[in-house]
Amino acid sequence: MAMRIVADTARLMGAERLLAIESAHIDGALYHGDSGTLFAETLVAGGAQVAVRATLNVGAIDLTGCSRNQLPEHEHAMATRMMQAYRQLGCEPTWTCAPYQAGHRPRLGSQVAWGESNAVAFCNSVLGARTNRYGDFLDIACAIAGRAPDYGLHRRDNRYATVVFDVSDLDEAFLMSDVAWPVLGNLYGRVIGNAVGVITGLRMRPWEDLLKAFGATAASSGSVALFHVAGTTPEAPDEATALGDRPPRERIRVTLEMVRDAQRRLSTAEAADRIDAVAIGSPHLSLEEFDALRARLRGRRLAVPLYACTGRHVLKVLERDGHRAELESSGVVIVADTCVVVTPILPEKPGAVLMTNSGKFAHYAPANTGYSVLYASLADCVESAVAGKPVVGGMR
Amino acid sequence: MTLQAEVLLPGSAVAATALALTAPISFWGGVNPRTAEIADVRHPEYGQRITGRVLLIPATIGSSSAAAILLELVHAGIAPAAVVLHEPDAILLLGLIVAREMGYPAPIALRLDAREFAALHGRRLTISGAGALATETG
Repeated sequence: MAMRIVADTARLMGAERLLAIESAHIDGALYHGDSGTLFAETLVAGGAQVAVRATLNVGAIDLTGCSRNQLPEHEHAMATRMMQAYRQLGCEPTWTCAPYQAGHRPRLGSQVAWGESNAVAFCNSVLGARTNRYGDFLDIACAIAGRAPDYGLHRRDNRYATVVFDVSDLDEAFLMSDVAWPVLGNLYGRVIGNAVGVITGLRMRPWEDLLKAFGATAASSGSVALFHVAGTTPEAPDEATALGDRPPRERIRVTLEMVRDAQRRLSTAEAADRIDAVAIGSPHLSLEEFDALRARLRGRRLAVPLYACTGRHVLKVLERDGHRAELESSGVVIVADTCVVVTPILPEKPGAVLMTNSGKFAHYAPANTGYSVLYASLADCVESAVAGKPVVGGMR
Repeated sequence: MTLQAEVLLPGSAVAATALALTAPISFWGGVNPRTAEIADVRHPEYGQRITGRVLLIPATIGSSSAAAILLELVHAGIAPAAVVLHEPDAILLLGLIVAREMGYPAPIALRLDAREFAALHGRRLTISGAGALATETG
C-alpha cells in the first residue's frame, strides 16, 4: 500500500521516477479524526516498517504528563492508538515539530522526505537537504518505501530563487529583535506564495531560532518550502548564487509600512484589554529560547498561565538542570510532545484572548482554539503574563 | 457552457453547486473536520460549508496536514462532491489517494484554470467521470 501511494503521487505530480531517500520526518501521527488512526493501523497490520530514519512530529497527547488536554474519551483513545501505531512502524518517538533541534539534521544536498511545514522550510533552507512539502500519509508511505517521487525541490534546478526580498530599508535593531522574524515571515509567505525567494540587504546574520520563526510563519501564511538568506543559508553564499546567476522575476523592496501591516495582521485582537493566556513555542522552544524566557521571568509569579511548548529533547535538559521545577513554580505550563493549537489544552472560554510571540500560533490559534490573538515580543508576553493584562511595549 | 478539466484523480460523475474560494486555503486550521465549515477567520469564505459542493480551490497554503482533514471529511461522509484545483497538490490530494486505498468513496479531483472559477461560483454543475464540466442552464 505504501509503495502504491508513493507511485500514485508520482503520477499525479508528473514525476518520471522515484529517488532513494535518507530520512523522513513524519507529521502524520497527529489525530484529526478516526480515519488517520485506521490508516496507520492498516499499515501496521500489513507488517510495514520504515526503511529509513523517521522522526515523529507532535501527537495530540502529551505523553510526558507535563500538561493535560480535554480530549473526550473516544478521541483520547483513538489519538493514543495512532501514536502507538506510528511507533510500531519503527518511527522514533521524538514528538517534536523541531526535529532539527533534536538531533535530526540531514546533511547538505541529501534527499529526504519531511512533513510539517516549518520542518520542511528549515530542512530545505537552513540545512540544505532536499525535500518537497510532504503531507500526512505520503510522509510515512515514503519512509516505508524508502523512495520519494523525483520532482520539485528534490531537483537542483528548482531550488534557485526567482524573487528577491530586499530588507535593506529596515533598521538593524528591529531585525535583531524577536518580533521581527515572524512579522517578516508573515509578509514573505503572503507575497511569495510557493515561489523560492532570497532575502537580501541584511547587515546582521540571523541565528537559527530566528530562521526557525521566519520559516514557520512564512509556511503558514504561504506555502513556502524553501527560502534563501544571502550570506547565511548554505545554498546562498550570495544573492547571485541563490538566483542561479539568472535575473530575478521580481524584486520586492520591503518598506516599514509593509512590516507594520504584517505585524497588524498577526493579531486579531489588537486593541484587547484582557489576556487569558500566553503561549510560546511554535515551533517548539529550543534550550536557548527557554534561557531567554527564564531571563525575562526572573522567578516572578504569573497572573495568567504561560504555556511553553517544547519537545522531550529539551524537557530532559530542563529537568536535569532543575529548570522545569523553577518554571512550573512561577506558573509556566510546560507542554511537551504536542502544542496548544493542535489539541485542546487551553480552557474553553468565550471571548478569550491569547498573547503569543509565535507567528505560527498567531496564524492558527483563532481557528483551532477559539481564542483571538494578540501578537507581541517575548518581553511583552512575559510582562503581560505577570501583570495579567496586555503590556505592549511596541516594536523592540 | 461546457469546460474540459483534466482529471487528477478519478471519481464518479456528480451534479452539485460550485463554491469558488477567493483566497488560498490551508485545510488544517482552515476547515473544521467535524462540521466541514471554513474555520479560518481571516478567510473570505469563512463560515461556508463545503460538504456536497464542487469546491474550487485557487491555491493551497499552510499546514502539511491538509490530507488528513480531507480524508476525515470523506470518512465522515461530509466531503465536497468534487475538488477542483488550479494546479495538482500532493499535500491535499493525498487525502483522496488514501481514501481510495481505505475503500472510502472518494470524490473526483480535477485541474482547471483558476480564471474560470468566478464564473462558475454558485452555479449548479454536472461533472462527468472524464472531467467535462457543464453548467446546468447550458
